[in-house]
Amino acid sequence: MATATLTGNKASLSASTFVIARRTFLKFIRTPQLVVVGTVQGAMFLLIFRYVFGGAIKAGGVSYVNFLVPGFITTGIIWQGMMSAGGVAEDYEQGFFDRLRSLPIPRAAVLTGRALADSGTQLWGLTIMTIIGFGIGFRLGGSVANGILAFALIVLFSFAFEWVFITLGLYAGNAQAAQGMSLMLVPFTFVSSAFVPVTSMPGPLQAVAAHQPVTYMVDAVRSLVLGSTENLGHTSGYYVVRALLWSAALVLVFGSIAVNRYRKG
Amino acid sequence: MAATIEASGVVKRFGKTVALNGLDLVAEHGEILAVLGPNGAGKTTFVRAVATLIQPDEGTLRVFGHDVVHEPGEVRQNIGLAGQFAAIEPAMTGRENLEMVARLFGQDKRSARANTTKVLEQMGLSDAADRLARGYSGGMRRKLDLGASLVGSPRLLLLDEPTTGLDPQSRIDLWDAIRSLVDEGTDVLLTTQYLDEADRLASHMVVINHGKAIAAGTPAELKQSAGRSVIEVAVRERDDLAEVAKVLAQVDGSDPHVDESTRRVTLTVEGGIELLRGALKHLEALDITLDDVALRQPKLDEVFLALTGRELEEEEPPKARKGRGA
Repeated sequence: MATATLTGNKASLSASTFVIARRTFLKFIRTPQLVVVGTVQGAMFLLIFRYVFGGAIKAGGVSYVNFLVPGFITTGIIWQGMMSAGGVAEDYEQGFFDRLRSLPIPRAAVLTGRALADSGTQLWGLTIMTIIGFGIGFRLGGSVANGILAFALIVLFSFAFEWVFITLGLYAGNAQAAQGMSLMLVPFTFVSSAFVPVTSMPGPLQAVAAHQPVTYMVDAVRSLVLGSTENLGHTSGYYVVRALLWSAALVLVFGSIAVNRYRKG
Repeated sequence: MAATIEASGVVKRFGKTVALNGLDLVAEHGEILAVLGPNGAGKTTFVRAVATLIQPDEGTLRVFGHDVVHEPGEVRQNIGLAGQFAAIEPAMTGRENLEMVARLFGQDKRSARANTTKVLEQMGLSDAADRLARGYSGGMRRKLDLGASLVGSPRLLLLDEPTTGLDPQSRIDLWDAIRSLVDEGTDVLLTTQYLDEADRLASHMVVINHGKAIAAGTPAELKQSAGRSVIEVAVRERDDLAEVAKVLAQVDGSDPHVDESTRRVTLTVEGGIELLRGALKHLEALDITLDDVALRQPKLDEVFLALTGRELEEEEPPKARKGRGA
């Protein structure tokens, strides 16, 4: 390679993060299975909850469709995050991370790029679910600005949960195990305020459900889109602040576990 | 100038498994060094340590004078790694794959593009450059992977079993590609369990077994260590093998080695044609149909057998996962 242009300095954190994120993003949009399957699954379950279970669930004060849609869309980040765990495990298993780890780039860039790209691709699913949500009768109770704010919060929450899935993917060793381990997060979606009011659960379960991060995230979103918090008990600010604190904690804890694991290989 | 690779007493353990057990090795500038050994000998572990993917537990390992533990950043700027599995993104084109790696080497857009075009040409992938890599054949994927390890213009290329699983034509193509790189001044460390590969590519070889270097030298030197020449007799009928072996035992050489499956008897000898003449005289006395009699250079698997008492495995069993301890 005597005549090749000399290599520059080390790639910067932002530049390498961007390059890695671009690859994950391209992989998503060029793999129709990933795009279609996730979307169809989401739509199917949204319709099932709305029309099969919905009639039997009392949401107390609001119509079930208005109760369900914000909860469903928020917890969708966990269902979609499972694909990230699989993707990370695959990169690890197939030697892609070995190549990246042998390159002169900051160690945090690879996982940060992944988390950013995956939250970015989640926008697609979020948007589709939001449109379907309106199609099946959901209506904003608050301002459009608050609706947009809620949407932005969901994207942020998805970034936070990404780190949990990345960590699982790194520890799982292969894609199937990663998907299996991700299923362990499913209880967080059901034992929460996403699909039924927490008050309908038995005492001990209620205590868990009321204080876990997904419930704060769902209630933060719900309080913003419903425009009224009389059925929730606290102000939007109360839920938003707690949801953000949880998000920061997830990024900090799982981010450092994941980066440490990646560094060791 | 510091040696390309300098390993001294390198030890790496994975739990109870000792993958590298005091490995010593030096690769000088301008060499293609082949690390040869059976599965589980420690080849992959060594490459991963040179590539800064794992840290040795004991000993020192330097690449261009930089310690892999204390100066991994400097090491990474000088190496390109192609592992056992083609680490390319199938959902990107060949060109996109290479540009991505070039960018990660810190090249700006323009030089990433220029280097990519050059490497694609070098690998013979120019025509397929703008197709998604998921449509590539196994040989093309390997070439693209090799290209990805080159696009950063490394001074040292690390190839871990570069042709495992390839069809013969693709192997030869890849060998040509690797050889052309060396002509341009890139040093190469490659691992292989294919003897012909080491023989055809390497200027120097290190044979490792159980995590230790047991022999080093040029291919010719290693061949000499197993005796200067080999007498090989092939018989028509399998039943005659024992008789032929008995006769050849009278020739001044090693104990005859009988291979039932190929119906051959071989022995290594220090002398040359006069010993073959003697052997033929003994054989003529027998009433046995011979298919072939030959005097030849020892093959590397015979060298390996002489050094380790172990046969090299011909085929690698499929691995679910990259052999961390291999």
